[in-house]
Formats: sequence, C-alpha cells, structure tokens
Amino acid sequence: MRTKKPPMSASHIVLQIVMVVVALIFLAPFYFLLVNSVKSLGDIMVDAANWPTAFHFDNYSKAWEMTRFPEAFTNSIIITVISNLIIALLSAMAAYRMVRSNTRFNRIVFMLFVSAMVIPFQSIMIPLLQVINFLGVNNSIVGLILSYLGLGIPLSVFLFHGFVKGIPLEIEEAATVDGASPFKVFARIVLPMLKPMMVTVIILNCLWVWNDYLLPSLILQSPELRTIPLATFAFFGQYSKQWDMALPALVLGITPIIIFFLSLQKYIVEGVAAGSVKG
Amino acid sequence: MNSKRTAALTQQLVYIGPALLFFGITIIIPFVMGMYYSFTNWNGVSGNVEWVGLDNFKQIFTNDSAFAQSFWFTTRFTIVGVLLTNVVGFFLAYFLTKNIRARNWLRTIFFMPNVIGGLLLGFIWQFIFVKGFATVGEVTGIPFFNLPWLGDEVTGFWGIVMVFVWQSSGYLMVIYIASITNVSKEVMEAAEIDGANRFQVLKSIIVPLIMPAVTVCLFLAISWSFKMFDLNLSLTKGGPYRSTESLAMNVYNEAFLNNRYGLGTAKSLIFFLVVAVITLIQVRLTKQKEVEA
Repeated sequence: MRTKKPPMSASHIVLQIVMVVVALIFLAPFYFLLVNSVKSLGDIMVDAANWPTAFHFDNYSKAWEMTRFPEAFTNSIIITVISNLIIALLSAMAAYRMVRSNTRFNRIVFMLFVSAMVIPFQSIMIPLLQVINFLGVNNSIVGLILSYLGLGIPLSVFLFHGFVKGIPLEIEEAATVDGASPFKVFARIVLPMLKPMMVTVIILNCLWVWNDYLLPSLILQSPELRTIPLATFAFFGQYSKQWDMALPALVLGITPIIIFFLSLQKYIVEGVAAGSVKG
Repeated sequence: MNSKRTAALTQQLVYIGPALLFFGITIIIPFVMGMYYSFTNWNGVSGNVEWVGLDNFKQIFTNDSAFAQSFWFTTRFTIVGVLLTNVVGFFLAYFLTKNIRARNWLRTIFFMPNVIGGLLLGFIWQFIFVKGFATVGEVTGIPFFNLPWLGDEVTGFWGIVMVFVWQSSGYLMVIYIASITNVSKEVMEAAEIDGANRFQVLKSIIVPLIMPAVTVCLFLAISWSFKMFDLNLSLTKGGPYRSTESLAMNVYNEAFLNNRYGLGTAKSLIFFLVVAVITLIQVRLTKQKEVEA
C-alpha cells in the first residue's frame, strides 16, 4: 500500500505490541489443536499446553481412514463446485435481465428475492424436506445441490443486480447494432464484465456451502455421501473423549478451507467487503 | 410485432426462468407449506394431517417453558453477541488502519477463524475449554480458567459467546476497515488541525461517517446470532438441561427429535416473524443515523 514507512511514535509502538498479543490470542486455539493432535492420549491428559514429547503422526493416518476423509473431501468438492457454478451463472442471468428489462413483473420478482433473504433456514427446512422427498431426490447429492440453488440465488441475484446497474448500456447496444444476438451479447460482453462480482459471489457461496452442516445433515443419510462437516460430526460423536483421534480429524477437516483461504485471501477479504457494503 | 414479443418472452424465460424455478421449489413452496402445517398436528411420518387451528400457537405461548427459555437465551445471546462482535470488530479495524507494521498479516489472522464452519470451530473449542483451559488454569492459577467451562448454564452461555466473538469479529472488521479507509484523510486532518483529540475524531468524525457499515454489521451480527445453530450444537448441544438451547435448536428438536412437525413449523413461523421484525427495525433505525460525507 504505502512505499516508505514513517518511524513509529511511542503510542504506535504500544499499539503494535497490543495488536500482536491479540493476534497471538486469536491463534492460541490453533496451537492447542495442532500440538495435541500429534500426542498420545496419555500425553494430552497429562499436559495439553506443552510441546509434544513424542510425535504420533499415526494419529493422522488413523483419523484419515476412520473419517473416510478422501470420500468426504470428494463429496464436499463436488457439492461446492457444482452448486457454485450453477448459482453464479443463473443469478447473473436473472439479475442482468431484471436490470435491463425493468417490468413490473421483474420488479416484483426482485422484491421477492430480497425479502427472502431474511427468512431463516430453520423456518423452511421442515417443509423443504417434504419437497425434496416428493421430488424423489432425498438422500442424494442432486437433492442437496438443488436445495443450495434455491437458497443461494436470492443473495447472489441481489449482489449482481447492484453491479449490473453500474454497467453502461452503450457497449451492449453497439454489439446489438453489429448484429450480435441477445444471448451472444450476454455471454461475450456482459458476463466478462461481471467478473469482479462473480468472484465475490463465488467466494461467499463457497464458504457457506463448504461449511454448511444442517442442510446436508437433513438430506444426506448414507455414510458414503457425507461431506466434511458431516463426517467430522459423526466421528466426533463416537470419539469425543478420545482426543488423540478427534483432534487430527479436526485438523484434517479444517485444512482444505484454510489452504483455500490463505491462497486466495486477498480476493476473499475484498469479496467480503464488496459483498456487504452493498446491503 | 408479435415476433418481438415472443422474443422478449423467450428471453424472460431463459434468463429468469431457472432462477425463479429453483427459488420457488426451495423457498416459496416450503414457506407456504410451512404456514399451512403450522395450523396442523402433522407428525412428519403418517399421512394423517389434521387441522387444529391456533392450537399450536396457543401451546407455544402458554405451555412451552422450553421455548420460552430458548427465546430468552437467544435474546440474551443476541444482545451480548452483537455488541461484543461489533465492538471488537470495530476496534480491530480502527487500529489496523493506523500506522503499524504487518497490518495485512494481522488482518489475515483475525479473519481466519471465520472461514472455518461453526461446527468444526465448536469442536475445536470444546477441546480448548475442556483440556486447554484446565491446563492453563493449573499452570497459572488464574480462577477464570478453572471454571467448569461448558458444564453449567453460565459458562455454557459465555463459552458460546466467546467462540462466536472469536469467529465473527474478523468478518465485521473487514467491513469496518473498508469503511474507515473511505473516510477522507482531509476531513480527519482538518479536525486535527482544529485541535480535536483522537477520541473526538473517533466519536464525531469516524463513527458518523461509517454509519452505513454499522448498519450492515449490526444486520449481519443480529441475523447470525439470532439464527445461531452450529456453534450451539457442537459446544453444548443445548445442555445442561436445555439451559443453553437456542431458538434454532429448539425448532430443530421439536421437529426432528420429538417428531412434532406441526408444532415445529409453528415455532419456525414465529422464529421467522421475530427475525424479520428485528432486522427491519434495526435497519430502519441505523439508516436514519447515516449522514452524507
């Protein structure tokens, strides 16, 4: 951001120290988690704060197998990626059309989307399961993705709607004059311009879908369909006092999303800011 | 003319149709069904659904101490949680926009808990409360760490609050940072030249100018804390003796543990109305406080 750093005043040095201490407090739970995940249960019980005396990395291989981590990871990836792609595309299309064709019908639909954002999931989950059963997609990834589509679209449409309003019409008009069909205009011209908001929408929805527990717990019953939160919950229920098993399972569970965050943190932080200020 | 209308209709169908279809299937239809079920005694299993009028609501308001307790718990949790996350989030942001080193690193660290889902976070903290705190308490002798964390109502409540603040304040911090950075340097410098001290700048310039961010952050914090479920499930499961049961968990238990779906949907309808009313009032109130820079 800034190229040269002016010297710090005394109060800034105090502030600096305070912030570093607060950051260490924020990180402390991760220290406890990591350090104890490679201890034997006996060592954890004796002293949970110390550095391990012996490293039991086999804790991890046990947790890896017993949570069926590769399977849960694959399920989580499939569900997150597919729902995200569809939500982003459908919401972008709907928001684009609503802005460009400002009819009464479209205004009402937009109002419905905005109002739906206040509905808590718990208020619709019971009948939603009925609908999912009725459609015959209970206990399937299709049923789960289908639910995510409807639940994710309102906020995403809202975010795209605000963004499309800022795109000048002239470019699209020029393309239309040149003989491009409306669909081509959208795919070739509008969609690329939506990219910044696309990133925001995908990031917000990724964090939500990846971490969601309640909805998948209601729709997916078969153990082989479990996502990471479901697999962790099931495992933790069985081994809650066996910390040498539970802790490595938790580390495995949070690793993918932490890597995702650290490698894309610039976009994630910007996306969060961009996604909220519009409210 | 006619072909133009057909073209418009086709576009309408192609662009809005799918979004509207999925929205209808997963939100509109269940919402309407829920309103119907809330007036019935449906148990979720049998096809036998009987209309019972307002009986469910009567029962909830007059003869359901667990619901009342969860309502009270959620209200207290929301008040404390919203205040603390916003205060912590704001001050982290305020200090991170000052001239200190490693701001990006610090920001990353404060935000990180937020990318982990509430369920896994709760499990991690269960270990911290049960083993970590006990060890720290043994070593330091500070009574705070030797409390029976998550074991009774008070420590259960504050335990969930603590994890909630740890999880959410980083998110609000990011929004506050974006907003504080937008406050123009000239306005702040002008105030300093006029002799305003740091506290006066904070109170009379920064806070009024970032009211739009306050609106958003209060809105987010209220809806997170009022709908809190995952943390509740993984930290205390509502115990001991349902003393830390949130509204969301009460609705869940009524339907899926007690198999009283009709009653559960009635509760969920009340839940929706409360969330809607509170957030609308809050947005209206804080919007009034927004000023033009």
